[in-house]
Amino acid sequence: MKVWKYGDNIDTDMLFPGKYVYTCSRPEEIIPHLLEDLDPLFSKNVKEGDLIFAGKNFGCGSSREQPVIGLKSVGIKAVVAKSFARIFYRSAINQGLILIECPDVIDAYSDGSDVKIDFENGKISIGNKFFSFPKLQKEILEIRNAGGLLEYTRSKLKNKYKK
Amino acid sequence: MDMTFAEKILANYAKLKEVIPGQIVTVKPDHLLTHDNSAAIIQKIKTDLEKYGIYSKSLPIIALDHVIPAASEKTATNHKIIRDFVKKYQIENFFDIGIGVCHQLVIEKGLALPGKLILGSDSHTCSYGAVGAFSSGIDRTEAASILLTGETWLKVPKSIKITLNEKLKFGVYAKDVVLHIIGDISSSGADYCSIEHHGDLDQFSIDERFTITNMGVEMGAKNSVFFVDNITKKYLNSIGVSNSSYEVIFPDEDAVYNKKLNYDLSKIVPVVACPHTVDNVKPVSNLEGIEIQQCLIGTCTNGRLSDLKVAADILKGKKINKNIRLLILPASKDVLEKTLKAGIIETLIKAGATLLPAGCGPCLGAHQGVLAPGEKCLSTSNRNFKGRMGCKEADIYLASPATVAASSLFGKITDPREVMKQ
Repeated sequence: MKVWKYGDNIDTDMLFPGKYVYTCSRPEEIIPHLLEDLDPLFSKNVKEGDLIFAGKNFGCGSSREQPVIGLKSVGIKAVVAKSFARIFYRSAINQGLILIECPDVIDAYSDGSDVKIDFENGKISIGNKFFSFPKLQKEILEIRNAGGLLEYTRSKLKNKYKK
Repeated sequence: MDMTFAEKILANYAKLKEVIPGQIVTVKPDHLLTHDNSAAIIQKIKTDLEKYGIYSKSLPIIALDHVIPAASEKTATNHKIIRDFVKKYQIENFFDIGIGVCHQLVIEKGLALPGKLILGSDSHTCSYGAVGAFSSGIDRTEAASILLTGETWLKVPKSIKITLNEKLKFGVYAKDVVLHIIGDISSSGADYCSIEHHGDLDQFSIDERFTITNMGVEMGAKNSVFFVDNITKKYLNSIGVSNSSYEVIFPDEDAVYNKKLNYDLSKIVPVVACPHTVDNVKPVSNLEGIEIQQCLIGTCTNGRLSDLKVAADILKGKKINKNIRLLILPASKDVLEKTLKAGIIETLIKAGATLLPAGCGPCLGAHQGVLAPGEKCLSTSNRNFKGRMGCKEADIYLASPATVAASSLFGKITDPREVMKQ
């Protein structure tokens, strides 16, 4: 498992350039351009189970969802950042990508640190330091547990039409 | 309990007496805005649409604006998918290519009214607070879900009270105000928050309020609002909306704010947001002399009549610098017609400008006015991210229409106060 470390204000154009937004929507179209202008090695070398660590305001900018779909599709286990931009955060819930807002973790991490995440109990360890992160609210967990927003919506619609 | 604007409006839509920040509520928005991305949204829920149809044909607002006229077979096909969908489901509010940028149309066509709730799969949906609506951006997947069900969840935001006092000085505009604030509080300074504007607001027209609310998302805000006053009423009357067709919402006197910020407008100077973040804001006087190759005046941030008029006043009877490409991007066909009638477009074209169709054009780097490596563009748009205009090795600077017009005369960043007649 590799940690991909980036700085503050990683915006949606760095995550997925605007010039592809209206021509690439499916994972296989998105992945080759993922983080293209930020880190050209990312999409070539990223592996399932890898993590992204970043500074504040990760995902700021556009409402495009290709960054979230792309990161989820290549198997990023979680993005840990000092903070996230609002639309990106919401989009991650909708796609089932796990985001962890935990500034102390980012400050404690240095290249090569041993990282362990206990998603169930909301705990992260960096070397021998331990941190905790809050659980999502019930309503939001329901969406994630359903497998994302569209699955959640479909199950609601099914129930409604059954009645 | 005293409530902020955001708390009041979300309580209304959730049919609750009161709500508190952090609370999650289920709401049915009045409208759902989507644009060229409607094609991807429709395809995502193709089988669901066949099974359940859409929630209502008055809910969606669809505008083709991002890549218009189509730049490739792929974008042309997307447009066709959208037109077919609009016909099949008899969508009431559809605007085909050339009518304008979606956000401009939502306001101009009277679809955003005070006290209304609008969500849209575009980050600048936060613009409609210019006329007292609550509006916010969401992603395509959520737009697809709302198209089917008519509802979604929202977390009640904390609110920030921004008080703008005193008068702006000559040569300083709403764009300078909002860039100044973003520079002050940073690109994440209003993350997840609702922005309320208070103070001496009579000096800001709806065009200018639009510029400020449009950039709310550039400080991380969920929404950004100006409350209804005589300027709002007069504007809405001018587009055929009567005072009785909307409900006016003001925050309560003792509403609780997360932050209160005060700005003395008389101290704000023309500013520029430098590459590659919108909060990298410096006084234009510190940047004078930086050579630029492209100037863009327009977009949903600054593409209205008053913006193009400021530019024309500066460029009247003059020629832009020979090393400059000046692109004019009216926010809508209505703006285009009015500026044509007023002789503004003629002035700009005679000065050497190139007129683009009303749409998003170069702002997002998909076509029209893409930059080459090493080039610099001074733009009135809202984002200067690396690669935003199609090239990661180009620099984008953001400023007011006056600063961009003045700079186009000299081929380098120029303080507009040096060329404007007082």
